[in-house]
Amino acid sequence: MCLALVSVRLFNCRFLIRVKGALNIANCRAMIIRTCSNLYVKTQLIRQRSTFSALLDESWQSGAVLKSLSTNIYENLALEDWIQEHVDLESRSLLLLWRNMPAAVIGRHQNPWQECHLGLMREKGIPLARRRSGGGAVYHDLGNINMTFFTSKKQYDRQRNLRIVTSALAELRPALDVRATERFDILLNEQFKISGSAARLGRTVAYHHCTLLCAADRSLLSGVLKSTCQGIKSNATPSVPSPVKNLADEDPTLDCEIIMDAVANRYIRDFGLNGPLILINPTEELRHPGIHRLTQELQTWDWVFGKTPKFTIDTCFDIPHEAVRSKVILNMEVKYGIIEKCRFEVPSAWLPLHMCEEFNTLLVGSRFCPSDTAALFVAVSRANPQTCDLQAKLNFLCTKLTAVM
Amino acid sequence: MQLQNSGYKKKIKNVSMVEPCPLGRHSRTTHMLKMFHLLQPGNPGPIFQFKLSDIGEGIREVTVKEWYVKEGDKVSQFDSICEVQSDKASVTITSRYDGVIRKLHYDVDSIALVGTPLVDIETEPTEGTSKDVVETPAMSHEEHTHQEIKGHKTQATPAVRRLAMENNIKLSEVVATGKDGRILKEDILNYLSKQTGAILPPTPYQEIQPPPPSAAPSAAKQKDRAPPGVSRPVSHRPVFTGKDHTEPLKGFHKAMVKTMTAALKIPHFGYCDEVDMSKLVRLRSELKDLAEARGIKLTYMPFFMKAASLGLLQYPILNASLDDGCQNITYKAAHNIGLAMDTPQGLLVPNVKNVQMLSIFDIAVELNRLLSLGTTGQLGTSDLTGGTFTVSNIGSIGGTYAKPVILPPEVSIGALGKVLPRFNSKGEVVKAHIMNVSWSADHRIIDGATMCRFSNLWKSYLENPATMVLDLK
Repeated sequence: MCLALVSVRLFNCRFLIRVKGALNIANCRAMIIRTCSNLYVKTQLIRQRSTFSALLDESWQSGAVLKSLSTNIYENLALEDWIQEHVDLESRSLLLLWRNMPAAVIGRHQNPWQECHLGLMREKGIPLARRRSGGGAVYHDLGNINMTFFTSKKQYDRQRNLRIVTSALAELRPALDVRATERFDILLNEQFKISGSAARLGRTVAYHHCTLLCAADRSLLSGVLKSTCQGIKSNATPSVPSPVKNLADEDPTLDCEIIMDAVANRYIRDFGLNGPLILINPTEELRHPGIHRLTQELQTWDWVFGKTPKFTIDTCFDIPHEAVRSKVILNMEVKYGIIEKCRFEVPSAWLPLHMCEEFNTLLVGSRFCPSDTAALFVAVSRANPQTCDLQAKLNFLCTKLTAVM
Repeated sequence: MQLQNSGYKKKIKNVSMVEPCPLGRHSRTTHMLKMFHLLQPGNPGPIFQFKLSDIGEGIREVTVKEWYVKEGDKVSQFDSICEVQSDKASVTITSRYDGVIRKLHYDVDSIALVGTPLVDIETEPTEGTSKDVVETPAMSHEEHTHQEIKGHKTQATPAVRRLAMENNIKLSEVVATGKDGRILKEDILNYLSKQTGAILPPTPYQEIQPPPPSAAPSAAKQKDRAPPGVSRPVSHRPVFTGKDHTEPLKGFHKAMVKTMTAALKIPHFGYCDEVDMSKLVRLRSELKDLAEARGIKLTYMPFFMKAASLGLLQYPILNASLDDGCQNITYKAAHNIGLAMDTPQGLLVPNVKNVQMLSIFDIAVELNRLLSLGTTGQLGTSDLTGGTFTVSNIGSIGGTYAKPVILPPEVSIGALGKVLPRFNSKGEVVKAHIMNVSWSADHRIIDGATMCRFSNLWKSYLENPATMVLDLK
């Protein structure tokens, strides 16, 4: 029976461990360290520290290229937020590549009613997300690549980031004419927009993200990003519509995978990195503690719609009145998604005045959203005795009103 | 309280303080010298003008998009103050100090110039402030104050350290939850609540966190803080400073008030019974997989609704409506049976149209559709109106007996409790599934006997599902 005293240095202390058995000393030491480390982690003697951050700290000092395994817009946006909050980027830069299932994404201070065709999106089941960076509205689908450049605030340089993309594309297909503009867009043949940018600056970390149209569904893109709501006046950041084109339309041999690899390689070269591509699953709470909460927050009505700056809506619609063509006039003031002022004018012959007044008062303070309004109408119609005729009129009014929302 | 600082600045009204540039361009000592100037003596605390710092890329002006604070709010260091936007870049400006906001220099949508004051913050007027200022140049990091305790560097801001000192707490004993192991104010409060067993005042700074919290989450937070009543020797007895929170009733809730007030004008009577669900449970378990194969989740509700519809064929007065003057009864032909649904907005009652014509599977399909619309908040008027009879499955959440309120213009409603086990004659618990049902009906037109017979019929269908098959339309 072999007995040995193995000296192990762990946690800034030296341990002398007596070991029995015919073991190789080196293996023995390695095994002890492994066991102790596992024990350490399990008993949580380590302060709460994300394993992903730790991984980066240990291995890839100067930076890395990351790729998200998720195609859920909320999970990916939450990942961006999480990286910004938790990863130390003082001396490091990261590039995150991600793609999503069809979704519309508006900028931090935009008005979704003004930017998107919400009815079409509801019909097709296309979700709406509001990102934390500024800028305009975009449409994502699997034919669109998103790239996020994370740096410290000192290293924040959008033109440099765009140069990486344009040079990668130039290397891949020298015949392609892609150029970055002053407005941080990338134009194809100086005419068609293939990429738009937005950025977010936090306390110490900044990120700049941009899209890149490879093979997106252009008809759905223009359908979704068209507003159907007439009569909105607001100071929200407007989108600047531009003619777009897919890279694959210009060169059918290109696809998203090829382009993502090219950009990643160029990034690695330009930043002098040595690590491979890291795949990230944004649903892993253990590796990214707190990311689940971030994902949930991005999906709440209060964030997506409730962050809309104040706007007014003035519109009118015809009603089927017996003899004369009549109109219903609608004026509303909506702030942070809540109706602050409401004026509903209906010909008194068509609908009793007191009912009109009742709706006016009830709508004030409720959310500017079709389901809330429908619930309101139903509740009122229950509270007031109904004839069939009146019921039909109320339904009609409600339908017209919710169409605006 | 005067600060001695080598006569660098003349004392001028509203003199501004140039806070340390985040890019560290200026030397630390000149900064400290330019630091804290007071307004007139005798003020409660020094007011600092927090300037809009350089954002980078040579940007000179930004648009203020949203304020997270208003005048009079308390802020802690690193709390968000506002959002500004410049050329597609969105920036969150965070506070450098603890204190109270005294003035906002810009309105929403106005253009702010870099280097000009953004807000005025009044900090706490303690002796310690000046000492901290003099000490900081010696520290290596402008943002944190490091403290060497037992060989570990404990990161905490001066405000947090002061709070710990006042409460005689060792920072090394506090569990840190901040980034990089930084100790936050919340950590000290949590530590205190565990030690003293007292309810501590909720963090006053909750108010300014965007989006503004409703009463419920802050109440929940308070509950989490208060530990079970174990008393220990305390050094402090913190005073509970929680305030009542009043807000006006808005939108949907106001409408509910109207509906329920109208509903309770109806003279209600209640009738309760038990249903032995054992056979139905077996039936459903047999059919569940088949329904799954067709892509539909089969619950008990389709059975309840269909049985109700069959009952209504025999007792149509329960599917009627009374007009306003109580002059006429309208016997509704369609059985549009409503389902009380708990959605994020509140209680909504969508209904399945024409249950009298639908099979159990059809009803299940409809219910799946309504449920998914309900959870995503997309129920429309057509789904929510036109109901003639309602069933509420409150038992899925909990409860046995209920006194449901009739939803006008209907005249009856049922509430289903949860399924419970049963004792047999030997006193043993047998595997029976007993569900309690509570009916309410409009006593102006429905009498107890009618309700009772309807309920018996409904009950018999569910206790012997085979009989239901016979009468299914």
